[in-house]
Amino acid sequence: MLLTHEEKAILSGATGTEGDRMALEVVTETARMLGAERLVDFHSSHIDGCLYHGDSGALYCEKLVENGARVKVPSTTNVGALNLLKPDQSRLPAAERKMAYRLMVAHERMGCTPSWTCAPYQAGARPALGQQVAWGESNAVAFTNTVLGARTNRYGDFLDIACAISARAPYYGLHMSQNRHAKLVLDVSGLNPALRAQSAFFPVLGSMIGRLAGETVCAVTGMPGGASDDDLKALCAGAASTGAVALTHIVGITPEAPDLSSALGGAAPEQTLSLTHEMILEARDRLSLAKAGPIDSVALGSPHFSTAECQEVLRLARGTAFKVPVYICMGRHTLTELEASGADKALAALGVEFVVDTCVVVTPILPAEPGVMMTNSAKFAHYATGNTGHLPVFGALSDCVQSAQAGRVIWDQELWT
Amino acid sequence: MSWHADVLFQGTAQGEVLRFDAPISFWGGVNPVTSEVTLAGHPQRGQAIKDKILVLPQLIGSSSSSAVILELFYKGVAPKALILGGRDAILPVGVVVARQMGWPTIPVVVLPDPPFQSGDTVHIAPDGRIERV
Repeated sequence: MLLTHEEKAILSGATGTEGDRMALEVVTETARMLGAERLVDFHSSHIDGCLYHGDSGALYCEKLVENGARVKVPSTTNVGALNLLKPDQSRLPAAERKMAYRLMVAHERMGCTPSWTCAPYQAGARPALGQQVAWGESNAVAFTNTVLGARTNRYGDFLDIACAISARAPYYGLHMSQNRHAKLVLDVSGLNPALRAQSAFFPVLGSMIGRLAGETVCAVTGMPGGASDDDLKALCAGAASTGAVALTHIVGITPEAPDLSSALGGAAPEQTLSLTHEMILEARDRLSLAKAGPIDSVALGSPHFSTAECQEVLRLARGTAFKVPVYICMGRHTLTELEASGADKALAALGVEFVVDTCVVVTPILPAEPGVMMTNSAKFAHYATGNTGHLPVFGALSDCVQSAQAGRVIWDQELWT
Repeated sequence: MSWHADVLFQGTAQGEVLRFDAPISFWGGVNPVTSEVTLAGHPQRGQAIKDKILVLPQLIGSSSSSAVILELFYKGVAPKALILGGRDAILPVGVVVARQMGWPTIPVVVLPDPPFQSGDTVHIAPDGRIERV
């Protein structure tokens, strides 16, 4: 592998701190294992390693801090295991809570921007088209590649912070233009145009992309224009939870796919699949493990809800309070905006519980007794049972609001015709 | 008979093979306290990976698996070695970090279509040579 003089000097300890050496060693060892020929400079990081998985991760990050490691590019933080504004909202045992907190603090001490959100791209971190970045958190990786056209692989625990400290990443995979072209085409043009324009269609389509494409870059054709940032956010999160999707081209919408030929890099697709209405309904139904009946909670905000999505909840509720707890997960930037307009009080009056800095599938916040959790998020639906024991029911946001008001599942089947 | 594997992380190990008959993500699939496979429906569910030569013909790359393998080292319940069917950095990154923490490490090697079955005893040399014992 080709290393620069500076990289060699850091690795030998001739320059930089011991923390710099440790971080660059992780980066170069990874590059070697993956067969990368060199490292690449990049503009920003989004760090997923601040979520507690055990004491060892916290001890490692504290060792990096003690050895002088500091991030050298703008680095936002993904969710931690605690709502720092309300630490006892999570029922994490005291010893684990303490270590989860120490892990979050270690990231702040390394110079990360404490954003604690899985939607950093809606909190001001929006890399430019073609920019090299090194992001973690599967939905954020998929969004920044797909919607923004920035270039990242999926950066996981330790490698994410090591790259941010080194300001260098292994040059391979989606950092390279030739690996960003689609090989699989999914054609949705045969579906009802009204269905294709529904917000609830996006997470379902995403979950299908994950299952059909996996790590293969795919291009979706036949999507109408006008998809919102929140729609595309839901699509990317769905795709990145059912499969290892890091990049999808949505022809006519995303920046590297003004037309199908550009998305394919001028080559012929290896495979083209036309999605049918039946396939969409089957994918939708796979997101529900419980059937129609009473619900115990509603969970929204995976990825973290935007201000616009919170306002949509208020609009749909029309002042009628909820019969079950409704958890909305969001970044602090969103809560601040809601407070400025007074929308936070209106939502709280309906029965909304705000979950900031974290989310309900990574730390125990949902009712302790496992029950039925309704959601409009394909990602929450995918992870709910394994991580919390609650059974998910998927529905549109309007379904979730009505169901919360009724205390039982209400589905508007008209949306899916 | 011996096989020559690519070395991702150098080391020596000898022990009993536990072969995974289905892909797994360590995150959400292996309990980092007991080292037991917890994934519902997995053929090796309930088996402990501690002290085994793990043969992983296929991987699922949850990026938090690096953290789970580091926790296995920290808790003293790590496997003795990893034989991967394909090149991957997620698990070996956890081994690099374990070395930086001063904890004992294990060899990680790549051998496409690894032939070893559960119950075999194998020896892995620092140069990647694997022999049945």
